[in-house]
Amino acid sequence: MAAKLQLIGIKKKLRGRQVLDGVEIDVAAGRSLVIIGGSGQGKSVTLKCALGLMKPDAGQVLVDGADVTKMPPEIRARVMRKFGMLFQGGALFDSLTVWENIAFRLLYADKVARPEAKERAIEAMRKVRLAQEFADVRPIELSGGMQKRAGLARAIIAKPDILFFDEPTTGLDPITADAINDLIVEMVKELGCAAVSITHDMPSARKIADEIAMLHNGRIVWRGPTSTLDTSGNAMVEQFVAGRADGPIQAVV
Amino acid sequence: MINPFAPIGRGVLAGLAEIGRFAAFAGRSAASCFAPPFFLGQFLRQCMAVGYYSLPVIGLTAVFIGAALALNIYVGGARFNAESFVPNIVVLGITRELGPVLAGLMLAGRVSAGIAAEIGTMRVTEQLDAMTTLSTDPFKFLIAPRVLAATLTLPLLVLIADIIGVMGGYLVATYSLDFNGATYLRNTFNFLESQDVVLGLVKAAVFGFIIAVMGAYQGFNSSGGALGVGRATTNAVVGSIVLILAVNYLITAFFVE
Repeated sequence: MAAKLQLIGIKKKLRGRQVLDGVEIDVAAGRSLVIIGGSGQGKSVTLKCALGLMKPDAGQVLVDGADVTKMPPEIRARVMRKFGMLFQGGALFDSLTVWENIAFRLLYADKVARPEAKERAIEAMRKVRLAQEFADVRPIELSGGMQKRAGLARAIIAKPDILFFDEPTTGLDPITADAINDLIVEMVKELGCAAVSITHDMPSARKIADEIAMLHNGRIVWRGPTSTLDTSGNAMVEQFVAGRADGPIQAVV
Repeated sequence: MINPFAPIGRGVLAGLAEIGRFAAFAGRSAASCFAPPFFLGQFLRQCMAVGYYSLPVIGLTAVFIGAALALNIYVGGARFNAESFVPNIVVLGITRELGPVLAGLMLAGRVSAGIAAEIGTMRVTEQLDAMTTLSTDPFKFLIAPRVLAATLTLPLLVLIADIIGVMGGYLVATYSLDFNGATYLRNTFNFLESQDVVLGLVKAAVFGFIIAVMGAYQGFNSSGGALGVGRATTNAVVGSIVLILAVNYLITAFFVE
């Protein structure tokens, strides 16, 4: 199946350090790829390069075969409409109500009328099982899990072709985390979109991924179906999955 | 051997690079004000936040400065038997200099700091990144409305500050210094020229632009959590004040020449 999103030879140096050193990933529509790896290995930078929030020093980011790094800003902005993103902390706008947050793209980018935007926001809230009574409150009044649900509703409202998840379960209790994982799987299936997630949380990775890739020292060192994670034969993957301090990966303390 | 001039050179280069980055940011901010899409609702909200809610602080500043100015000019003028010049010098000082500069300084504290803190918090909590992924340019949605609102409302605030400042001088002159009220006002308006007011309003518009852009620049480039936002807020206030005072001199020199 043709790749919806493809990163080819992505390199990025930050403050003199080579954070990404030729990252190669691809994901097709309807598939979910999870990138695992230790802190500071370049997972977030990979996501930012894919999203166009950071310009890579070298390499290509192909969306439906077109390189977005070489597009003029106005064309790239049009391609960005294919993306949905759930941020680690939710990144909900404090000054807006929950429904305005969810409908932000509709209201301010697509210029949809407020009544229709609110209706669609409430429909998205229903999909992520966030009660309608929270539509008119500020994000600060929501719990961490509810903020994630609102962030997910915001990511899916415009029916994106590619969904990105940055540490979707960080900071949540195990039950809420599992509920968010279920929602992610459900949304990716329902929308038929490509999904790219980064996480440290192995139960989450196992649940939401069709495939897992491990990033270490700015390179993908292993990639395979989720079912082969425990038999990868890669010492770094084995150490990471087992959560051992001893092994080829030095713990950063 | 360590070159003793190297740290100085590094400092100068870093300073010039910072000026260049700020100039580029200011240029992009200004360009964003004139290119669609326009967010009218955001602009009106900022007009309220920057203009309307600054009225009390601007009014109080103006009335006390006008009053103190009248007293000082009376005391100074008495040394040359020139007490009667109080209304003339009060209106000149307020409209050309103190009105716009003090309004600018007050707004540097109130507005520039607020913008830096708000946008800085949005930066460190990834709200700016989120906005970009939602196909909305933060320059157009956040910065342009603030820059336009500050640039357009500060002249209005200064106009009001001019009137209140003159009235502050009038109150002190008539109640404490035994000036005749009608004569005081007649002297004020006879002496005042339109270019005095225009100079103050031009300064105010430029100061408004500086205040909003400096706040946005510091907030937009903040990093490092709460500490970074605090640093951005301080830098916004200090940077705005220094720029306002420097630009005030340049505009005054330009108009005088």
